Amino acid sequence: MKNNTWTIIKKEFARFFGDRQLLFTTVIMPGLLIYLVYSLMGEGIGKMVTEGQNDVVTVRVENMPQFLATEIAADSQLVVLEQPFGQEDIDMLSDEDLNIVMVRFPKDFELLTSVYDPQSGLPAPNVEIYYNSTNNASSLVYKTLTMFLDAYESGMSNRFDVNRVEEGKEAQFDMATEDSIGAMIWSKILPMLIVMMLFSGTMAIAPSAIAGEKERGTIATLLVTPMRRNELALGKIVSLSCIALLSGISSFIGIALSLPKMISGEEVDLGFNYTFPDYAALFLVILASVLIMASAVSLLSALAKDVKNAGTMITPFMLVVMLAGLLPLMQSSIPESFTTYIIPFYNSIEVMTAVFSHKLDWTNVAICLGSNIVYAGIAVWGLTRMFNSEKVMFGR
Amino acid sequence: MEEILRVEGLSKTFTLSKKQQKIERTTQRKKVAVDNLSFTANRGEIFGLLGPNGAGKTTTLRMLSTLIKPDTGDAVLDGCSIISDPEGVRSKIGFLTSELKLEDFFTPNYLFDFFSRLHQVPEDVVRTRKEQMFARFGIDKFAEVKVQNLSTGMKQKLSLVISLVHDPEVIIFDEPTNGLDVLTARTVTDYLQELRDAGKTIILSTHIFSLVERLCDRVGIIIDGRMISCGTLEEVCNGLSIEDRFFEIFKEVKGDEE
Repeated sequence: MKNNTWTIIKKEFARFFGDRQLLFTTVIMPGLLIYLVYSLMGEGIGKMVTEGQNDVVTVRVENMPQFLATEIAADSQLVVLEQPFGQEDIDMLSDEDLNIVMVRFPKDFELLTSVYDPQSGLPAPNVEIYYNSTNNASSLVYKTLTMFLDAYESGMSNRFDVNRVEEGKEAQFDMATEDSIGAMIWSKILPMLIVMMLFSGTMAIAPSAIAGEKERGTIATLLVTPMRRNELALGKIVSLSCIALLSGISSFIGIALSLPKMISGEEVDLGFNYTFPDYAALFLVILASVLIMASAVSLLSALAKDVKNAGTMITPFMLVVMLAGLLPLMQSSIPESFTTYIIPFYNSIEVMTAVFSHKLDWTNVAICLGSNIVYAGIAVWGLTRMFNSEKVMFGR
Repeated sequence: MEEILRVEGLSKTFTLSKKQQKIERTTQRKKVAVDNLSFTANRGEIFGLLGPNGAGKTTTLRMLSTLIKPDTGDAVLDGCSIISDPEGVRSKIGFLTSELKLEDFFTPNYLFDFFSRLHQVPEDVVRTRKEQMFARFGIDKFAEVKVQNLSTGMKQKLSLVISLVHDPEVIIFDEPTNGLDVLTARTVTDYLQELRDAGKTIILSTHIFSLVERLCDRVGIIIDGRMISCGTLEEVCNGLSIEDRFFEIFKEVKGDEE
């Protein structure tokens, strides 16, 4: 019996690995594409953030107050011109290539602000800053000036501070470690991505391997050999799981390599600080996931008349799986109940979320793996029955 | 003569879908494809099931090859029942019909090895048998060419070879010359005679009278799923040609309705 299952597995592998196009589109392309797209997106975002940071900007200031003159004189990227400007000068700023910002203070700004009483109901002294938001350098100077002026304003009426750090000292108020911030982000994103990648890998091959064989009439040739139907079912599910796993691993590598580029510019360290047991548990749960996915997709493909029909049947099912993948985003803690870890698909997602949150619990891993193996066993039984059913195999 | 196949009371009814009802121009939901069919075949003979299209020949052969299950009845093939030991039956038969296809992606060489393994043929036997069979049908030159690139005739010859990888005692052949070009058809019928001479039993279905006359030792005439006449060619023909005898029987059964 084992011999025939192995013969089927070898045939499926020969079919898959012998077809360079299929191999490329299923295993190499997903990882490569994800890496390239995410990296390019990351670079694009990075470029947008850093563009204009080193450009020299001319700041024209009308009625320059003393406190600002001292502040901006120190900035080598700013060329400060103290001169009045009119509407014509302001209109020039619509040219986005000009690195110019114009600031107009009321006359005697410092005096006006010191005597101004907010209770009086009169309008407060107003500073006008003209800039062009499509010019990154101009925008940056605008932000810096606004921040500086806001700080100046709150300095005038300072009554209390929040989280003040004394000069020359260091203080930490956010007590989350960088590890746990990274973990929180990974645990929200990765389970869903991994499950989606594994599923799309399964989707790419299983319909062709079962519904396709039905459509092409090659399954009947297998069914007239003395091989038992359960050997065929087991061989199909195991080989499809292995291939889907390869496809999933490829996508995972693509994500893992490109995500740091994608979120460059964030202040926290999002490094992958996971240990060997984490990786081992992750591998086991990925294995459990592909097993259940290959089983489910195989069953649906066997029921389908042809590959196209299989695609139609699998799509609603895929949506449910994707929805399960989104659940970690909506929950605040990892569920502890036993039933969570016996629900197919959802159990894998919760175990992965726990692993990425540094809250690995081997009991849950075992329950998830065990229950998925039982489900795969049921699927082998179901697929065997379908291979035995002339209505399913030969019905039109 | 040693009996190798005994078919007893085989029946099969299909439920027709709305679409099929339209095609068959009937309002009945059920169609009796095979109706209490019984016959025997002896070792070393070619037994032909002769009948018009839709008579139930293919359904009978599909039941004998265990692809579908009969509603009632049984058939015992070389000691194995199609009901209680389908794997045993499949190990003893080679079944060939146009609905069984080979995967386009693989080469004849790979497919021969693959199916030999599924039939548990020892490796050394596979090698010598492959050489012999490939040479016999001229497949040797195309052994490493993918099935998708083979000519139609070559594909058909390969299908025949693949169905016989395990040197089965009984060969079940549904419409052996259907869709074949004249050269391939001749190669196939010659080979069937060779197999019979080597002591193999061949059960074939056909609607071609000349094929029955040329090949079959015994024949069973099926009309509407029922065995109307069965015996040696001489017994069934009763001094007439098989064609004349068939139409005589057909008229007796169906009257002038067609």
